[in-house]
Amino acid sequence: MNTCQACHEREAVVRLTEVVGEDVVTVHLCGKCAAERGVESDAEVVQTPLGAFLAAMGKGGAPMAAAAASGAVCESCGATLQDFRASGRVGCARCWTTFERPLKDLLRRLHGATRHTGEGYTDASARPLTENEARDRKRDALREDLRLAVEAEQFERAAELRDQLRVLDTQ
Amino acid sequence: MTDLALIPDGGMPWLDASGPQAHLVLSTRIRLARNLAAFPFWGRNSPEEREQVVSTIVEAARQMPGLADAAVYRLDSVSVATRQWLSERQLVSRDLAAVARTSRVRTGAALLLGRSASAMINEEDHLRLQGLRSGFALDAAYTVTDRVDGELGVRLSFAFHPEFGYLTACPTNVGTGLRASVLIHLPALVLTREITKVLQGLAQVGLTYRGLFGEGSEVLGDLFQLSNQTTLGKTEAELLDHLSRMVRQVMEYEERARSVLRRDAPAALEDRVWRASAVLRHARTLSFEETVDLLSAVRLGVGTQILPDVPLYMLNRILVLAQTAHVAQSAGVNLEDEAMPEHRAAIVRRMFEEVGRK
Repeated sequence: MNTCQACHEREAVVRLTEVVGEDVVTVHLCGKCAAERGVESDAEVVQTPLGAFLAAMGKGGAPMAAAAASGAVCESCGATLQDFRASGRVGCARCWTTFERPLKDLLRRLHGATRHTGEGYTDASARPLTENEARDRKRDALREDLRLAVEAEQFERAAELRDQLRVLDTQ
Repeated sequence: MTDLALIPDGGMPWLDASGPQAHLVLSTRIRLARNLAAFPFWGRNSPEEREQVVSTIVEAARQMPGLADAAVYRLDSVSVATRQWLSERQLVSRDLAAVARTSRVRTGAALLLGRSASAMINEEDHLRLQGLRSGFALDAAYTVTDRVDGELGVRLSFAFHPEFGYLTACPTNVGTGLRASVLIHLPALVLTREITKVLQGLAQVGLTYRGLFGEGSEVLGDLFQLSNQTTLGKTEAELLDHLSRMVRQVMEYEERARSVLRRDAPAALEDRVWRASAVLRHARTLSFEETVDLLSAVRLGVGTQILPDVPLYMLNRILVLAQTAHVAQSAGVNLEDEAMPEHRAAIVRRMFEEVGRK
């Protein structure tokens, strides 16, 4: 184990290479001493599940660095990019728009894609159901109830549900 | 205390070994992560907001045919023994149940449990819908979960982004929010040491695995939960299809490894199976780890026709009933009871005896 060359106590996790005059100097530091010198060690970031990715982004991710530097704050929940880096969790729905660029970069690394191609969704408050949709929903619900009633051997109820389904189907 | 007797089917129909390929696949689980657009996510919401999340979701569920009579369990108002019990039944995550000694249960942690699907509330996402099925049944598990998702989505406003899809607290879940996992038993691949290669292969095609019990990827009893790693950029059907094809392949490898064991080391295989069976039937103390290990060998014995008369559903049930909170409940002791290994052995013995009498 390498011991930190600054505090001589903790394990060194960061190798800091600096150019001093014409010399190249390498020092081994622990996370705490490195942080005191303004160097973020991966060892601390890696504590969250996304840490490895975030750490990698910190090094190569220009957009992430730019957004962090600009000090963008989510209008809705008040989260910053630093908050996200610390917790690995996005603060709210709005954050996804506020930090869209850096998050997109991260998504590319995580999923190899940035665009959702699965099932769509329209907010309930955005539009009412059409008559057909409402009927389909009702039919699905009745079928599920029927299945459960049969499973529970409630045959009277099942017959009732079957009749309701028939009525619905003739509409 | 929550009346656990009210849980439909004890929350364990997924363990009854009635599903397809039950000798290899114990269960299939679908999880859909959803958040309410109006509330901050995990880590940035207040206890009051989490309370509102619970009441908003429960109110919507009450209007749904599938969840109208679902039971609501407030994890933040029950003992650690009950929370651990629910987590051992795979009804809530260890995180939500806060079973680790160092963790505290969060305000608003709740479980909504219906007959066909359930939902964790205030886990890492506001809503984690879950459908569990016995055996290898991805489509069936997805259908029930998708139905509940559709019904809830009409009554609630989910956080959805036109480009990123369903928004989640963790970017690893965004898009479909779908995690499909298959709990599969691979003892022959472990015994023949082929498992590392198989797992590496799965990682290369975008699948991941973890153990059934405890933290992280530690695997006990040769039980692996295989699941999709990514959730964005593919449709739900594509994700399910990919996992399904890979699981079929893994099942083939496992069957092949079993044939090799039977052909090349029949005596060693039989000895292992019979010893495990004898210890489970007669031991006076059993740790959970040992129990799971022995169950794996007995289960392999069932699959290879060495022990054809041992019912798989019983082996599945022991996996749950031999866990600490279950043992504590049935023996009427607390979680730290020193005689836990004795109580556990007694329960396992009794279960084998009951089956033997039939």
